Amino acid sequence: MRTFTRRAAVLVAASLLVSACGGDSDAGDPTAEAVDESATTTSGDAADGDTDDEAATGGPSGALDGAGATFPTPVFEEWIFEYADNVNPGASINYQSIGSGGGIEQFLAQTVDFGSSERVLAEDDLDLAADERGCAPIEIPVVFGAVTIAYDQPEIDELVLTGDLIADIFERRITMWNDPAIAELNPGLDLPDKEFIPVHRSDGSGTTSVFTKYLDADTDTWTLGEGTEVQWPSGTVGGEGNEGVSAGITQNDGGIGYINQAYALELGLQTASVINSDGNAIRPTLEATSAALSAIDIPDDFRFDILGVGGDGYPIAGTNWIFAWECGYDDETAELLIDFWTWAVENGDDLALELGYAPLADDVKPDVLAAIERVNAQN
Amino acid sequence: MSITSTSPDRRPDLRPTGSGRWADPLFRAIALAAGVSVLLVLGLMIGSTARDAWPVFEYQGFVSFFTSSEWNAGSSRGEFTGVYGAFAFIYGTLVSSAIAIAIALPLALAISLYINRIAPRRFRQALSYTVELLAAIPSVVYGLWGLLFFSPVVLQPISRVLIGTFGNVPLIGWLFEGPARNVNYFIAGNVLAIMILPIITAIAREVMAQTPEDQIQAAYGMGATDWEVMRRVIVKRSFPGIVGATMLGLGRALGETIAVAMLIGGQQRWGASLFFSGQSMAGHIASTFQDAAPETVDALIAVGVGLFVITVIVNVLARLLVWRIGRVAGDAAL
Repeated sequence: MRTFTRRAAVLVAASLLVSACGGDSDAGDPTAEAVDESATTTSGDAADGDTDDEAATGGPSGALDGAGATFPTPVFEEWIFEYADNVNPGASINYQSIGSGGGIEQFLAQTVDFGSSERVLAEDDLDLAADERGCAPIEIPVVFGAVTIAYDQPEIDELVLTGDLIADIFERRITMWNDPAIAELNPGLDLPDKEFIPVHRSDGSGTTSVFTKYLDADTDTWTLGEGTEVQWPSGTVGGEGNEGVSAGITQNDGGIGYINQAYALELGLQTASVINSDGNAIRPTLEATSAALSAIDIPDDFRFDILGVGGDGYPIAGTNWIFAWECGYDDETAELLIDFWTWAVENGDDLALELGYAPLADDVKPDVLAAIERVNAQN
Repeated sequence: MSITSTSPDRRPDLRPTGSGRWADPLFRAIALAAGVSVLLVLGLMIGSTARDAWPVFEYQGFVSFFTSSEWNAGSSRGEFTGVYGAFAFIYGTLVSSAIAIAIALPLALAISLYINRIAPRRFRQALSYTVELLAAIPSVVYGLWGLLFFSPVVLQPISRVLIGTFGNVPLIGWLFEGPARNVNYFIAGNVLAIMILPIITAIAREVMAQTPEDQIQAAYGMGATDWEVMRRVIVKRSFPGIVGATMLGLGRALGETIAVAMLIGGQQRWGASLFFSGQSMAGHIASTFQDAAPETVDALIAVGVGLFVITVIVNVLARLLVWRIGRVAGDAAL
């Protein structure tokens, strides 16, 4: 809300400035003076920091269409707003959050300029893509997010869980909060004699994909496989979207669910610490997510998973990639695509952090920027 | 001497005008096109969905698709790797709709009788507008309201009472097995009941209003009470119309998507209890198609075809029922 107001003020100020400048040639006109006055005051109110001097920068104009994952939508929207308002007013960027599956399909069908997903393209999709377009798609990681284990039990401050325990809870092998295995790990807690009610996403979701990929790879006991939807056992309950999951957690006494870090922060839910591969219990903070990223090796083709995290890193995290092509854009579109994503990678960190996402680590950025430059390079 | 010249003078406004000569055939053509286009659109839908769904039926087996309750979405393109049994969703659709009808039908009949016979005359119009207003609320609003208010504040306490009261009663106890989660068949059924109430009420009220006043007065004349008049004359005469209204409501309940997806439980399982958290066919399609891989999209289209089949069966049964009742009522009248 606050950012919106600021933006609205900047917009009003900018438009008034334009009209005021237009009026200046008419020096004696009293209305021009009035407008000028109001413009000065409004822009004075709005200038609470970084916005005004950027407004004049400009850049390639044109329109971009993107589609894909819902998970990074808040941060993409903020980036687009900020870029189109303050960096490059000539640009019009449209991002449709239609889901990772839809993002991949739309990208491969070439109906959008860039796609976005929480998973990389499958090998045969890469071949298909290269056949259709005549050049390879580029997969570029742009933002990261952790998946937190959230609950609503005011008397329990800091629950600690291992991956195996999380698997047991969500597969209903552990059904009570005061199960001995949990008590052993949480000696200081007075665990209630309540049933665990696991809450999962009922819609196909990248959050589910990240969560199940972690359980599938890093635990021994998980049997449900991985994917954007899995067949959860009876006795669990599904929620539609983050709102549905948070309603499931708060309305079912004993509810425990997995939820995107950004939303958990926003909703103020309690979150459990998870023991990583080095045996450290890590609270899900943005720093811990960033630590997880610095701990893993990112290959040159950016096709990687955040798994087996140790050190100070929080172990359940996912990547959001954007997809673009090495050829086939017209010059204007390619230029705008490169300019926008370069700007987002270089300047978007604060907005991402503010919204609960972890930005790219500084040592990866040069590689990512180089990958962005490959857009249309083969034209 | 021709026949036309002897016909009496027509009124001037019926004399054929220039536009009349082409307006009639034009209107006929437009009407025909409109009629044909309905069939065409329906045919296209059935054709294209059946074509997409066919490989799924072949892969999974037609019977297995409708009777198996294992649904494990695959993630492939061009081949099938998952397991697609839609029974859990079919069961969820039928149970939530049955709950909705069981609640909405008696309520709608009572409201219709009240509006037609009991309510003070000046309130009748206002009251029927109010009921119809319920139909104007978007279903996503019903879903949100159900999730954040109606379920926790009203339905969950009622669920606990029902489970506590009937959970251990022999024979019907299995229907009321707890514990109930915040979203389940019962919650979805109750919100659905509110959503289909206006359509059933509107038709039932209209049908009841058609009861000839002399029959009602005759019944009163023979000493019938208000209750007997309503039950023996009005409801009995309106029965076929009420069945039709119920079927329209049922059709909406079977196909309702977003509100049900938010309230039915979001889980690809089924259970006999009314308080089980499951999933419906339309709800499952809406929930998962966005992130589905190409093979799963085909399987979801197959679920859509299944829903269409079920809707057709329900409608045919309704026609048969109306026809049968009409015949029985006709016999009784003789």
